[in-house]
Amino acid sequence: MTQITISTLSSEIEDMDAAYSAAGGDAAILHKHELASLVISGSKVLNANGTEGIVLETQETEHGVDVKMIIKKGYKIPLPVHLCFGLIPEDGLQEIKMNFVAEEDSAVELIAHCTFPNAMKVIHRMDAQMVIGKNASLKYTETHFHGPHGGIEVIPKANIKIEEGGSYYTNFSLVSGRVGYLEFDYTVEAKKDAVCELVTKVYGKKDDKIKILEKVSLNGENARSVIKSRLAITDDAVSEFRGITEGRAPRARGHVDCMEVIQGNAKAEAIPIVRVDNPLAKVTHEAAIGCVDKKEVETLMARGLEEDDAIDIIVKGMLA
Amino acid sequence: MLSRDGKRILRGVNLEVGDQEIHSIIGANGAGKSTLAYTLMGLQGYEHEEGSLIFDGEDIAKLSITERARKGITLAWQEPARFEGLKVRDYLAIGAKGNGDITEEELKDALKKVDLKPEKYLDREVGEALSGGERKRIELASIITMRPKLAILDEPDSGIDVVSLKEIVALIQALKENGSSVLVITHREEIAAASDKASLMCEGAILRSGDPLEISEFFKNRCIPCDSRVSPPKAALQ
Ligand SMILES: Nc1ncnc2c1ncn2[C@@H]1O[C@H](COP(=O)(O)OP(=O)(O)O)[C@@H](O)[C@H]1O
Ligand SMILES: [Mg+2]
Repeated sequence: MTQITISTLSSEIEDMDAAYSAAGGDAAILHKHELASLVISGSKVLNANGTEGIVLETQETEHGVDVKMIIKKGYKIPLPVHLCFGLIPEDGLQEIKMNFVAEEDSAVELIAHCTFPNAMKVIHRMDAQMVIGKNASLKYTETHFHGPHGGIEVIPKANIKIEEGGSYYTNFSLVSGRVGYLEFDYTVEAKKDAVCELVTKVYGKKDDKIKILEKVSLNGENARSVIKSRLAITDDAVSEFRGITEGRAPRARGHVDCMEVIQGNAKAEAIPIVRVDNPLAKVTHEAAIGCVDKKEVETLMARGLEEDDAIDIIVKGMLA
Repeated sequence: MLSRDGKRILRGVNLEVGDQEIHSIIGANGAGKSTLAYTLMGLQGYEHEEGSLIFDGEDIAKLSITERARKGITLAWQEPARFEGLKVRDYLAIGAKGNGDITEEELKDALKKVDLKPEKYLDREVGEALSGGERKRIELASIITMRPKLAILDEPDSGIDVVSLKEIVALIQALKENGSSVLVITHREEIAAASDKASLMCEGAILRSGDPLEISEFFKNRCIPCDSRVSPPKAALQ
């Protein structure tokens, strides 16, 4: 059992707590010792608390932190592990390198909040290598808050390998405040009987730019995947979505599903790519870009809502 | 009243719906019944072109959908919209807003009235996962929670199994008892029979209004099918 607690200036902890709450997290959770958690502010580790079955090692670097997390073989971690990455100042660079392994038969849920509440000129890079071991399972939800200014570049990159029978669910959400510039790049390789679900939900406004690239290779027999993307963009925002699924083994099944709603001068492009080189594999896709459904808007108006409020409810529902 | 590509879709509509009256609109497919419903609600593309549209003594022809809804008019679509991510309870609460905050009891009652188990449906999404019939029931439940002065129901019976026709009739009567007038577009004699009044619609015009049984009998037996006739609608009444 690893238990590391590093304390620093309490005001920074308070700032991070506030930022964590702004991103939708419950800050009290970060201070409970029975819960595993990791809090990184800029290039400082404010808190790294592993619990039984979790190895958590951190190394501060010039502009960020290298993190190593291992879920030990056979451990099913009963409570979610909370992660918080952020940067309080208006400018700065944060680079997180994450090395994650869920060993055979382990299971864990990670809940991450990434928060940059004051960002005017911030760059956040995440480089993750993840291995989901045989029959292991990882559920990863990541909620971002980039503040109201849009002065931020966020570049999350992840390489995920799922071993036989493993499962990986991820949900990336950035729906309140501005996006700034987002370049999301995830690659997944799935072996036999592996299951993978990648969900992204982003709401872009003003001159936000959103790039989403997701690639899943179903390399093993009976591997299954879903790429699901829900994007709403308004004003002058632009979005680019590429969802690639490769079916390379018998009975591999994949689906790419992208739905985008555009308003104002926003521009969206969605390209689902399907590659199959095994005749027994099957990969399907659907992509729809359009304005908010007229019947939905008129229905809510016929219940007494103003048009803008109706649109807001519909878009929020889609991104919920 | 309303034209499309130079063709008039609604032409002679003279319709009065009384206070707490259940009024059926009967007519063949393509007669203009839905168009009438959309025009009354003021949907985009169905703006009123000429004549008057008086509701509670006020001309509402120029009002937006929202303004009409706030005066107490609402519409249940023949094919209700899907709302991905919107929970049934939130959807039902939207319509109820005009009457203050809705209670849990009122939400449950509304679902029970459309024969849906509240515990099973309240926290589900009004989206893909529901069948057409379920969405239709939820649409009707949202009319119940809204308690409108005028509920326009476009074929509430289509897409729902015949067994529940009785329930729809009960629901329409419950709406009336709660103070609503109901304009119901229907093909079912059972619903017409439960109405106070009926109107027959043909080629964009209301041909006659009166006793519901008489109107539905006329529609069934004496109305020449629209597609077998080239002359103007009045010829149908020989
Ligand atoms: N948006 C539209 N554009 C052009 N024609 C329309 C439109 N909506 C309805 N119509 C035409 O108007 C007529 C009445 O349609 P509708 O009101 O849907 O009839 P009903 O509900 O009685 O079956 C039909 O001939 C239909 O083709
Ligand atoms: Mg119709």
